[in-house]
Amino acid sequence: MSNSLVERAEALWRDLSFPSVARWKEETGGLAIGYMPVWAPRELLHAQGCLPVGILGGGQDLEIIRGDAYYQSYICHIPRSTIELALNGSLDVLDGMLFPATCDVIRNLSGIWKLKFPGKLARYLDVPQNFDPAVGGAFLRHELFELSADLAARGARPLVPEALRRSLALYNENRALVRTLHAMRAEAPWKVPASEAYSLLRASLLVPVETSTEMLRAYLAAVEADTARRPMDQARVLLTGSFCEQPPLGLIRTLERSGCYIVDDDFVQVHRWIRGDVPLTGDPLDALVQAFLEDSIESPVRYSADGSKGADLVDRVRRTGAEGVLFCAASFCDPALLDQPMTVAAVEKAGIPWTAFKYAENNGQFQVIREQAGTFADALKLWSGA
Amino acid sequence: MSVAKDDSQVRQKEMIAAHYTRLSRCPESGEKNVYTFVPGNLTELLRSFDLLPVLPEINALQSAMRGKSKDYIAAAEKLGHSEDVCTYVKCDLGMMKSGNVGPTGERLPSPDLLLLSYTGCFTFMKWFEILRQEYGCPVAMLHVPYQGDGVVTPAMRDYVVRQLRETVIPMLERISGRRYDEDRLKEMLARSSAAEDDLVAVLESAKRRPSPIDAYFGGVYYIGPIFTAFRGTADAVDYYKLLRAEVEERVRLGQGPVTPEGDLPAERFRVVVEGPPNWTSFRAFWKMFTDEGAVAVASTYTKVGGVYDTGFRHDPARPLETLADYCMGCYTNLSLPSRVDMLVRYVREYQADGLLINSVKSCNSFSAGQLMILREVESRTGRPGGFIESDLVDPRYFSAANIKNRLESYFQMLEQKRAGAA
Repeated sequence: MSNSLVERAEALWRDLSFPSVARWKEETGGLAIGYMPVWAPRELLHAQGCLPVGILGGGQDLEIIRGDAYYQSYICHIPRSTIELALNGSLDVLDGMLFPATCDVIRNLSGIWKLKFPGKLARYLDVPQNFDPAVGGAFLRHELFELSADLAARGARPLVPEALRRSLALYNENRALVRTLHAMRAEAPWKVPASEAYSLLRASLLVPVETSTEMLRAYLAAVEADTARRPMDQARVLLTGSFCEQPPLGLIRTLERSGCYIVDDDFVQVHRWIRGDVPLTGDPLDALVQAFLEDSIESPVRYSADGSKGADLVDRVRRTGAEGVLFCAASFCDPALLDQPMTVAAVEKAGIPWTAFKYAENNGQFQVIREQAGTFADALKLWSGA
Repeated sequence: MSVAKDDSQVRQKEMIAAHYTRLSRCPESGEKNVYTFVPGNLTELLRSFDLLPVLPEINALQSAMRGKSKDYIAAAEKLGHSEDVCTYVKCDLGMMKSGNVGPTGERLPSPDLLLLSYTGCFTFMKWFEILRQEYGCPVAMLHVPYQGDGVVTPAMRDYVVRQLRETVIPMLERISGRRYDEDRLKEMLARSSAAEDDLVAVLESAKRRPSPIDAYFGGVYYIGPIFTAFRGTADAVDYYKLLRAEVEERVRLGQGPVTPEGDLPAERFRVVVEGPPNWTSFRAFWKMFTDEGAVAVASTYTKVGGVYDTGFRHDPARPLETLADYCMGCYTNLSLPSRVDMLVRYVREYQADGLLINSVKSCNSFSAGQLMILREVESRTGRPGGFIESDLVDPRYFSAANIKNRLESYFQMLEQKRAGAA
């Protein structure tokens, strides 16, 4: 069925020379702007004729030679592989980098970038933790306005409302397909393995949204048409905690082979940060700001203003029909690991089974996790719904 | 062994003890308390409502200095808190789960409010989300924008001021039952400014040779009142007057800093220190410096609760704007290039032999990027850098022999460099 598409997607995101970005630049002459997890205003970049490029570290394929000289052993892996990519020239194709307010490590990486690459745009993207439109909204609007001015100063098109509205529409269309993809996973996970969905969504970070939309459409059509894949006796699990540094693809496959259907996860979360459609009426920048304030997902990097920590996770478990939760955080990931005891409490209170383990993006040995996940899946099959 | 102490240290100890006692009596006295953080603390604002501040980081470090943090951290890890995360958080939670008995042995009250001044440290947000689950009390969030480009813009200031006006102050009014009294706040801010003048004079005395102070280990004591519950009080003004007079007297007598073992007899090395101290072995750590005749002439840790030596003072004429500027100016809210600029300036102005970084496992806000900072400062000043690793309050990460070995090597290198230059 869709194997060749998935293989192409995997080859695309695993090629750390970013050929799709280089090609796009050759064809358009536009600016390619990298952004780190979790959220970045891709719509705004697109509207100014830039290519937003999601940079999620070097993963399992990159040997760290100089990056370790920048980070102590007790700091997560993604900043050292990202700086490695910059130092080995892989990121020369980018004209700038955005560092969203994800955690102190990504925040401080913005400073390293400024010091190491003074000629490139390096911008810390602060986002409000106050969700009042008149207060936090005004702040975010100003942040986006400044970003837009920075881009224009480096040769991007000025931000025009009509162009932004068109970009919002394109991303709305793309998000709708991502929602369909996830709904399909929850409904029939044997048809949409998590590892395939991951590769598609990861590759989508490196191509224009229009291309991503075509890829998603093609994949969904192939899945619909496929009748060969049959359900197996696997446990349905929701995986959470992997929203920034991504697990190696081998780990995702290992979890699936261990007897788990991953019916929902936090991978490549930028595609899902805004839940629904951004309204296309009124001022488009206001609409984007409003969507960020009021229609964003729950996340460890977003302040839980109403104190309902974990409620969204429990709701996702219910909605997707997951039988258990895998807490799967990157080692030394402050947001995920500080959040975890609170969400574990909510999950336990709801009577949902769970297990937890950690990884680094460059892990190569999965046997221990395979045994743990396999045992967890067996326990779910034996005891759930009994 | 007896420990040498100046009058100001004794005075500070009394102030802190009295504050803890007052906190412990809140249930009987009816006084309300607010848990908040050192960076971006709004002590004057809280006190203008007669609210008492409680600083969980200070409780944690005090617990560590009294040898209690190990068990508290173990208690939190047993409850599922990861070994990878901030030990201040785990120490605080462990203390709470063990009866919330504060460092002086008196029970601390549960918070009437958590004032989440989200300044310069991501962990703060998670910390108070966790505490809210534990205590079930209200939270006021004050999101302080980061100085990513090294400047405070009018939009950033407006954002903080609007949150103060529309979120924080109404919440403080509700908790305290008092109306916001701006005149009272202004009086307190004026007192803050006076104390800040004296603090800066004390810190800048280290430009002299010999330095009359140690601006890292000793500095911890000097910043105590202004970083904790006393900024804006008459007590703080008096304390800093007393401290400044003591330091000026040491200058007049040509004395070096006072240390737990007495006056430092000879100043052999002058270093600038970046990063927080280790608290579990604080005195042993300090002694590793004094044994070598090394004096910290400037430090960044003493700027974590406010940067005053660049001219900032709390300004009573613009009470909310000045609080906003204070919050945004705290050290860990500064970009890495700004931190490098500060350290380079310190190395030069304080005529330091080098920069020493104590990188703590617990604090990514400080630690992520320190190796870059080290290289930048070395390259811009030509002075050698040293790098040691420990933790804030987890004794498992203080390897005394390893740290001593590294420090001795570093000081030997400074000696050789000096000999080579002679």
